[in-house]
Amino acid sequence: MKDAFGSPQSLLILGGTSEIALATARRLVARRTRTVWLAGRPSPALEAAAGRLRSLGADVRTVAFDALDTDGHEEALGKVFAEGDIDVVLLAFGVLGDQKRAEAEPATAVQVAQTNYTGAVSAALVCARSLRVQGHGSLVVLSSVAGERARRSNFVYGSSKAGLDAFAQGLGDALYGTGVHVMVVRPGFVRTRMTAGLDPAPLATTPAAVAVAIEAGLRRRSEAVWVPGALRPMMTVLRHMPRALFRRLPV
Amino acid sequence: MSSPAGPPGSRTAPETAPATATASVTAPAIASAPVTTSVTTSVTGWGRTAPTTARLARPGTYDEAVAAVRACGARGGIARGLGRAYGDAAQNAGGAVWDMTGLDRIRAVDAEAGTVVCDAGVSLHRLMEVLLPRGWFVPVSPGTRYVTVGGAIGADIHGKNHHVAGSFTRHVRSFELLTADGAVRTVRPGTALFDATAGGMGLTGVILAATVALLPVRTSLMTVDTERAADLDDLLARLSATDHRYRYSVAWIDLLARGAATGRAVLTRGDHAPLDALPARARRAPLAFRPGGRLPPAPRGLPDGLLGRRSVGLFNAFWYGKAPRRRTGELQKLSAFFHPLDGVPHWNRVYGRGGFVQYQFVVGLGAEGTLRRIVERIAARRCPSFLAVLKRFGAGGPGWLSFPSEGWTLALDIPAGLPGLGPFLDGLDETVAEAGGRVYLAKDARLRPELVDVMYPRADAFRALRAHTDPRGVFTSDLSRRLAL
Ligand SMILES: Cc1cc2nc3c(=O)[nH]c(=O)nc-3n(C[C@H](O)[C@H](O)[C@H](O)COP(=O)(O)OP(=O)(O)OC[C@H]3O[C@@H](n4cnc5c(N)ncnc54)[C@H](O)[C@@H]3O)c2cc1C
Ligand SMILES: NC(=O)c1ccc[n+]([C@@H]2O[C@H](COP(=O)([O-])OP(=O)(O)OC[C@H]3O[C@@H](n4cnc5c(N)ncnc54)[C@H](OP(=O)(O)O)[C@@H]3O)[C@@H](O)[C@H]2O)c1
Repeated sequence: MKDAFGSPQSLLILGGTSEIALATARRLVARRTRTVWLAGRPSPALEAAAGRLRSLGADVRTVAFDALDTDGHEEALGKVFAEGDIDVVLLAFGVLGDQKRAEAEPATAVQVAQTNYTGAVSAALVCARSLRVQGHGSLVVLSSVAGERARRSNFVYGSSKAGLDAFAQGLGDALYGTGVHVMVVRPGFVRTRMTAGLDPAPLATTPAAVAVAIEAGLRRRSEAVWVPGALRPMMTVLRHMPRALFRRLPV
Repeated sequence: MSSPAGPPGSRTAPETAPATATASVTAPAIASAPVTTSVTTSVTGWGRTAPTTARLARPGTYDEAVAAVRACGARGGIARGLGRAYGDAAQNAGGAVWDMTGLDRIRAVDAEAGTVVCDAGVSLHRLMEVLLPRGWFVPVSPGTRYVTVGGAIGADIHGKNHHVAGSFTRHVRSFELLTADGAVRTVRPGTALFDATAGGMGLTGVILAATVALLPVRTSLMTVDTERAADLDDLLARLSATDHRYRYSVAWIDLLARGAATGRAVLTRGDHAPLDALPARARRAPLAFRPGGRLPPAPRGLPDGLLGRRSVGLFNAFWYGKAPRRRTGELQKLSAFFHPLDGVPHWNRVYGRGGFVQYQFVVGLGAEGTLRRIVERIAARRCPSFLAVLKRFGAGGPGWLSFPSEGWTLALDIPAGLPGLGPFLDGLDETVAEAGGRVYLAKDARLRPELVDVMYPRADAFRALRAHTDPRGVFTSDLSRRLAL
């Protein structure tokens, strides 16, 4: 159960090697979290991540989960919920893709869309059903500012996050009153391996800062969180910028 | 009186209900099981933190309660009284919550034995309304009248008279407990089931009715002595030296005062006024219970942060300043003395959407140094908490998870949104646990589960009894999940 400050005792991470998710897990384990499930594609990295969390005192288990294998979601995730309540599900998997390549090879764009959107829709709905039965729990969805308004330079990724963001908001409304809370997290540029080699955008932040924002959002039961917070007014301006101008922005 | 059945001649039945026999309640056949409709709804405790959703049902008869327990699903159920526990004790995510206030009959008053037999959903407010005019008062009264008899047993509540009268269950002669197998048992003091249920937070079963010993009183007024204590040392000295002279004693302490004034407080102590203390006019109806008008409820949707450091600090200073240095024999209404907060319905809303937590702990006599360190830490932290309450407890009772034990108890309200509050309170827990103390489960919404067994050494026996009497885990609450009880 979450305590009065929204600190969970059990956590399920979808995308178990995500740097943002693991930074969040470390923070939560330092508070009340004792049970952690890392769901992801089996790899040494996944096991290593589990080992590091174990050394912090958590009881950590890994479960094979591939976002693209939507047919397998029920079984993979059902197994987790069968073992006990999950207080927070952190949906963190995602791929950035390569925009130039996507335009040349549409199949790679499909992969991005299927991972970030279709895979997320499937996994979120499977988890939502179990959370509903529990009557409590939070589903935290890692969206992105990139979904707020798709940019020329990465609109495949951006549009997949736009779809995910809209989906998660709708799911939050659908679950209103069921005890289940859905929180959309919209980070800007976060320095992780996903963005390695890219030039940091303005207001670039760290996985640790996203983790702080997620923890605060759980405490307040926020429906949307921007990281850093200053992105919210900034994106409001960008969203209303005329197309002709927006197109020419160097972002 | 051994059983509520078979009324002796002296008994009067004040309320609508005839003195039907609670002891004779048996489980109905499933075929004729009465159905109580339930609504799916969001539930919190008084502190309004950590809402979860449950199916809320309000059984109106013992049979309906039995049927509800028998029909509860995989996520179990938990009894709920008036929801005055601050945390998650009376909520059960995804399962059933049984609102017991539908069982609201006072079955019998035995003037000879000085006992009342009533349903578990009857509030202490109702008992006062009915019993005071007959010259009886509840044996233990918490800081609000709006708690049920079931909740009073489930949390084994204490009042300002703990140092002389102990906690609520010391005055319970027996109760009817609906257990996981669907049977109803009469449970008496001195048995394991009684001691597990006294303070057992509803986790041993649903209390349907109880026989409670009452306190005879001559008037419905209180005679109250008030004095100021300049600091914590002064306060503890006064409580230690003279508490035994009073039936009721409590100190309101200003936790925002710092430096030399750290722990400054106002003591209010008193007793039920004797008849001759009343002015002539009041003597005509000495037992009238007039709690006084309630103010309009606090509005919904108040913003967070209304009770900031500044406003609370000003309030505390004003209130300390206006208290008399020393005043004796003041006549006060019962409600003003015991339940000042009941004048504002839903006052918990003033903490805004983020809600609040109440932190209450007890440490033993001799642990004054610990108490002092904690008071200093709270003052240094500038927690905007007004009117914290300090009291000296008498000896504890036999309840396995019962909170009171001999020593000093401090209770304070803090807005849940205060940054860093979680780790701060965890730090206080460590200090309390090291000193052999404990926090009060009825107020708790955040204790680290590892500390439960340290603070409540009989928690293991409690779990063992539950495993034995309730192997399927019928009685489950968010608190029992969170603390693995
Ligand atoms: C303003 C205020 C002042 C307070 N002052 C004090 C005080 O001075 N001293 C003190 O000790 N407490 C105090 N409390 C706490 C309060 O007395 C307890 O939390 C009490 O248990 C509340 O009773 P309730 O009927 O509201 O029960 P709830 O809050 O609904 O439930 C409390 C617990 O009792 C169990 N329970 C309720 N009914 C039954 C039943 N029929 N059968 C089995 N279990 C049941 C529940 O499962 C739950 O675990 C105060 C609370 C408030 C809001
Ligand atoms: N970094 C940023 O600047 C930024 C900004 C805004 C939003 N976000 C979003 O935040 C989330 C986490 O990002 P991050 O920065 O922590 O990136 P990361 O470290 O690269 O993590 C991405 C995760 O997604 C997993 N994943 C990818 N494809 C998968 C699939 N088919 N099945 C299962 N798992 C798959 C990866 O697992 P493998 O180990 O198996 O590859 C990895 O765990 C992502 O959704 C991202 O879009 C990131």
